[in-house]
Amino acid sequence: MPLLWLIVIVTALAAAGFFAGRARALQSAGGNIRDLHSLPSYYGWNVALKALVPAGGLLLVWLLAQPLYVNATVSATLPEAAIAEGSSRDLLMAEVRRTAAGLDSAVAQGLLSADEARDPQADPDAVSERLKEAGQIITSQITRPILDAAQMFRAMNATGALIMDFAVLAAALAGLGFGLRETQREFRARNTVEQGVRALLLAAASIAILTTLGIVLSLVFNTWEFFRLYPATDFFFGTTWAPSFSGRGGASELGILPLLWGTIYISIVALTFSVPVGLFSAIYLSEYATPRVRSVVKPLLEVLAGIPTIVYGLFALLTVGPLLVGVFGKDGLNIMQSGTAVMTAGLVMGIMLIPFVSSLSDDIINAVPQSLRDGSYGLGATQSETIRQVVLPAALPGIVGAILLAASRAIGETMIVVLGAGAAARLSLNPFEAMTTITAKIVSQLTGDADFASPEALVAFALGMTLFVLTLGLNVFALYIVRKYREQYE
Amino acid sequence: MTDATLHDGQPAPRKSSLHQLDALTKKRNAAESRFKAYGIVAILIGLFFLVVLTVTIVRSGIPAFTQTVVAVEFTLTQEQFDDAESKLMKTGAYQDYFIAAMEGKLAERGIEMDFDPAAIERLLGKIGSNLREHYRANPGDLGRPVSFELSASSRVDGYFNGRVTRDTLVESRFLMLSDLDLVDALSDAGLLKQAFNWNFITGADSGVDNPGGAGIGASVVGSFFMMLVVLVLSLPIGVAASIYLEEFAPKNRFTDLIEVNISNLAAVPSIVFGILGLAVFIQFMHLPQSAPLVGGLVLTLMTLPTIIISTRASLKAVPPSIRDAALGVGASKMQAVFHHVLPLAMPGILTGTIIGLAQALGETAPLLLIGMVGFVARGYPDGFLDGFVEPNSAMPAQIYTWAARSDVAFYDKAWGGIIVLLVFLLAMNFVAIVLRRRFERRW
Amino acid sequence: MYDALHRQKEVDVNEIKIAARGVQVHYGDNHAIKDVDVDIEDKTVTAFIGPSGCGKSTFLRCLNRMNDTIPICRVEGSILLDGEDIYDKRVDPVQLRAKVGMVFQKPNPFPKSIYDNIAYGPRIHGMARNKAELDEIVERALRRGAIWEEVKDRLNAPGTGLSGGQQQRLCIARAIATEPEVLLMDEPCSALDPIATAQVEELIDELRENYSVVIVTHSMQQAARVSQRTAFFHLGNLVEFGDTSTIFTNPEDPRTESYITGRIG
Repeated sequence: MPLLWLIVIVTALAAAGFFAGRARALQSAGGNIRDLHSLPSYYGWNVALKALVPAGGLLLVWLLAQPLYVNATVSATLPEAAIAEGSSRDLLMAEVRRTAAGLDSAVAQGLLSADEARDPQADPDAVSERLKEAGQIITSQITRPILDAAQMFRAMNATGALIMDFAVLAAALAGLGFGLRETQREFRARNTVEQGVRALLLAAASIAILTTLGIVLSLVFNTWEFFRLYPATDFFFGTTWAPSFSGRGGASELGILPLLWGTIYISIVALTFSVPVGLFSAIYLSEYATPRVRSVVKPLLEVLAGIPTIVYGLFALLTVGPLLVGVFGKDGLNIMQSGTAVMTAGLVMGIMLIPFVSSLSDDIINAVPQSLRDGSYGLGATQSETIRQVVLPAALPGIVGAILLAASRAIGETMIVVLGAGAAARLSLNPFEAMTTITAKIVSQLTGDADFASPEALVAFALGMTLFVLTLGLNVFALYIVRKYREQYE
Repeated sequence: MTDATLHDGQPAPRKSSLHQLDALTKKRNAAESRFKAYGIVAILIGLFFLVVLTVTIVRSGIPAFTQTVVAVEFTLTQEQFDDAESKLMKTGAYQDYFIAAMEGKLAERGIEMDFDPAAIERLLGKIGSNLREHYRANPGDLGRPVSFELSASSRVDGYFNGRVTRDTLVESRFLMLSDLDLVDALSDAGLLKQAFNWNFITGADSGVDNPGGAGIGASVVGSFFMMLVVLVLSLPIGVAASIYLEEFAPKNRFTDLIEVNISNLAAVPSIVFGILGLAVFIQFMHLPQSAPLVGGLVLTLMTLPTIIISTRASLKAVPPSIRDAALGVGASKMQAVFHHVLPLAMPGILTGTIIGLAQALGETAPLLLIGMVGFVARGYPDGFLDGFVEPNSAMPAQIYTWAARSDVAFYDKAWGGIIVLLVFLLAMNFVAIVLRRRFERRW
Repeated sequence: MYDALHRQKEVDVNEIKIAARGVQVHYGDNHAIKDVDVDIEDKTVTAFIGPSGCGKSTFLRCLNRMNDTIPICRVEGSILLDGEDIYDKRVDPVQLRAKVGMVFQKPNPFPKSIYDNIAYGPRIHGMARNKAELDEIVERALRRGAIWEEVKDRLNAPGTGLSGGQQQRLCIARAIATEPEVLLMDEPCSALDPIATAQVEELIDELRENYSVVIVTHSMQQAARVSQRTAFFHLGNLVEFGDTSTIFTNPEDPRTESYITGRIG
C-alpha cells in the first residue's frame, strides 16, 4: 500500500474518531451540553489525537528505522569476496540499492514481471541487460552477490512495509478505541487535550536542539573518521592544500592553514570595506536623516541584504572581476592575473555586508538614550562631537558585537567565494591573487564523484567542523556582548 | 563646601557676540559638515552598488529572454517531397531545398551571396531533419507556403548583443568568421528577427555544448516542490515552537537550552546545514540524492530559527491585556492563545514566514552538497508525488551550474535565471509587504 | 571683544540677562507656549513653576535652543541674551549653548570617567591649552559642583558608578566647567532623594553668586527655598511673574493662588 494511502486512512480514522467521540460524549450527557465537563468538540479532539499521534509517531520512527535495519542486515550478508579491490562495503551497498531501485522501477514500468524480479535463479547478466534496456542507471555489470543482496533488500523492504502498514493501522485503531472508551460525561477531555497539545508544542520547540545535535554528531563522527585516515596535526598545521583524487591513498596534502588564511583575508577585505560604509550609513540614518529620507533609504539599503548570495557570486565573477582586471591586470598595473581574486570576493562580500552592519549598528545607536545626547548638546557640543565622543563610545560594545556577527557571516559565506575567489589554495599577502576558503573547499570536496570514505571527501567534514566552531564561537561571543550592552540601557 | 578663592581666580567670562562666529566655532562647524558628508558618501556608496547591481542584472539578463530566429517562408511541393524521400541522404535533400529557397529570398532583395551548407548547419542546426519531420507529420502542408521560424545558435545571439564580435571571435567548429557575413546578409534581407525565447522559461538544462537550448523551467519546478516542503513543515513547527516558548515554557534550563540553540542556529553558515543534510538525510537515512524533498528538509531546518524569531516577535506584540481578557472570562490558557492571541498575531507570522521562504528560495550552497546541481534538472517530474523525490535542481543551483560552465554563452542564461529568481523573490516580498500594510495593528 | 551692553559688569543684581518677548512655541499642531514675555536677571535664581504640561520645560529649552533638536518644534518671537537675539540666523546654537548651559531632569553622566565627563565641555570648546590647565578646570568645576571631596580619589572611575545625587552634582559640575553665563536646570532634583535634593539646593544657592540660574521645578517648596524670582505658567501662558515672596504670599492672579494652595496642579 503506498504511503500516501496509509496516511489518508489514518487521517480518515482520526476524523471519524472526532465525530464519534463528540457524539458519544453528547449521548452520555443525554444531549445536555451543560452536564459535560468540557465542550463536546474536546471529546472529539481527544479521540482524534489518540488515533493520530501514536500511529503517526510509529510511522515516522518506522520509516527512519527500517532502511537502517534493512541496510545493515543486507550489508552483513554480502560476502567479503564480493568486495572488489579498492572498493568498500559501503560502495557495494550503494550498488545493491541502485539495483534494487532499478528492479523496482522496471517492475513498475511493466518491463519485468514481479516474479522475474524476485527469481533467485535469474541470471545477473541477463538482468543487467534488461535493466539497461529499460533505461535504468546501472553503473557496472550486476554480479551474483549484488543481485542476491538486491533481491533480499527488496524482499525485506516489502515485508517491512507490509508489517508497518498493519502496525500503524493497529495503533490508530487501538488509540481510537481507547479514546472512545474513556469518553463519558465526567472525563476531563479539555485538560487531556491541552496536555497533549502542550506536549506537541514542546516537541516542536525541541527540534532546534535536535538540529544542533544533528549538526554536531554528523560533523564529529565524520571528522573522527577523517582523523583516523589523516593525522590531525597535519590537518591543523599543514601549510599545503593539495588533494589528489586520482591516486588514492596518502598522496594528498590536506593542510587547513592556506584555506584558513584565504577565509580570514577575504573576510578582512570585506569588513574593511563594509564596516566604515555601514557604520557611517547607520550614523547618518539614525542621527541626521529626516524621517522621510530614512524611510526611503533604509529599505533600499536593506534590499542589498535580501539579494541571494548567488547573485553576488555572479556579480563578482562576471562584473567586478573583469572590472578589477581592467584596472590592475596586465593592461593596467599588472598585479592581477585573473578576475577571481581575494579583492574581487572581498569587495563583493563587503557590498553584501553593508546593510547587515548598518541595520545592526542602527539598532544599537538608537538604543543609546536621548538623555546622553541632550547632555552633550546642553554643553554646547556639535552633533558630530556628540556622536563621536558620546554616542559612539556608549554604543561601542554593541557595535563591536555587530562587527563580530558580520565577521561570522563573512567567514561562513560560500557562493561569493566559490565563484569570485578562485580555486587555488595559497598563503600569500597579495590581495589580487586568487585564494580559496574553507567554505569553497567544502563545496568542491563534496560535490562531484567523491567516494565518501576517502580522506579527500572526509576532509570536508573536518573543514565544516572548523567552520562551525569558528562561527559559533564568534556568534556566542558577539551575542554575549550585545546582550550585556542592551542590559546596560534597559 | 565651595572654594571661594578658586572662583576669584577664574578667567573673566569670554565676552563675544553671538552674532559672530569665533574661529574655533568655524573650525568645529567645518568638522561637523565633513562628518555629515562622510555619512552621505557612505549611503551613496551603498545606493550606488544597488543601482549598479540592478543595471547589471537587467542588462546582462535580458538577452536570455530573446533569441534570434530566421523566418523563412518556404513551399515544398509533393514532387519535391517524394523526390527527397527517395534519396539516400534524405535530410541533406531537404537542406538543399531550404538553402535554395533562402538564396532565392536573398536574391529577391538584391543580395548575392555564396555560402557553404556547413555554415547553415553551424548557424541553424540540423534544419534538414526539422523540415522533414514537419512535412512527415503534416502532409497537408505540402504544396502551400509555410513560414518557418528556425532558432539560430546562441553564438548568433551573442553576435547581436555584442558578446561575440568580429575582432574577438575565435574560429571554431561552432562558428567561422565567414558565417558572420551570412548573418549580416540575412539580417540585411530582413530574414532575421528577435523572438521571445519561450524555451528559456519552460525548458530544462541542456548539455554543456548547447547553451541555446538551456531553460530554467525544470529547476523552477524543483524550487517549487522544495518550497512546498519548507512551507508545510516550517510554518506549523515554527508556530508551535514559538507558542511554546512565548506562552507556555517554564523558566528552566531546558527552555534556556532551546533559546540558546535557536539564536545560534540562526547564525550558523548555510553550508553547515548542507553538511547536516548530506550526513543525516542521505548517508544515514538513505533518502534519495538530489531530491527536492531532501532539499526542502535542509532548508526547513535552516529557516526554522528565522521563522521562530519573527513569530515570537509577533506573539510578543499582542498586548497582555488580550490574554487577561480571555482568561478573565474563564478561558483556559490554551484557549486564550489559540482563540485570541494567535489570530491577532497571524499577519505578522505569515509575513515572517514569507520572508523566511524567500531567503530559503535564494539559498544555494546547501543544495550543492545534497546533489541538487543544475545538470540534474533534465526534465519535469512525472507526477505530483514524483516531484518530491525525482532528482531535480533549484533555481539558484541551476544558475550556479551555468555560471561555472566554461562556455560564456551560459553566462547570459545565468543572468536571465537571476531575473527569474528575483521576480519570484520580489513577488514574495511584495505579498509580505501588502500583508503587513493591510493587517498591521498598532496597540 | 567688549560689548557695550556688558560694560558695567560689576553693576548690581538687577541687570537683565535674558529678555524674552512674544515667544510662541508650536509642537506640530500643538500650541505649547502662547505669547510669553519674561526678563531673567543676572545673578539671580529664577524659578518656573506650574502644573505638568504647562509649558515651563518647553520654554526653558527655548532659552538655549535645545528645542532645535526636535524637528516638529517651531519657535516664534524673540529671546535676547545680552541684547542679542539668540534665534537670529547668524547665531550658532553650539556657541550659544556654551554660554547657556543646561542640567537635566535625570542625571545623565556620559559613560566615561568622572574626569572625562567634566573635561568634555572644556575640550570641545578649546578652553585649555594643556593638560595642567585642563586639570585645573576640572578641579575647579568639581569643587564648585560641591562634589570634589567625594570623587577626588577616583577621577578615573566611571561617572555612571556614582549615586543619583552625586551623578546630578557631577552633571552640574560638568555644566559649570564650560563657564556658562546662564545655567538652565530642568527639574534637577526630581530624581533625587531628600538628602541629595538638599545638597543640590544648597549648591544652586551658591551658584547664584556667579550665574544667572533658571530652574524649572515641580515643588513649590523648592521654588520658595531657592529662587528670588518666580514665574507661574499655566496651559502655555505665563500667568504671573514676580518676586518669589510676593508670588507665594500675595499672588495677583486667582489661578496662581489656586495652584499654590493646591487646588489645581
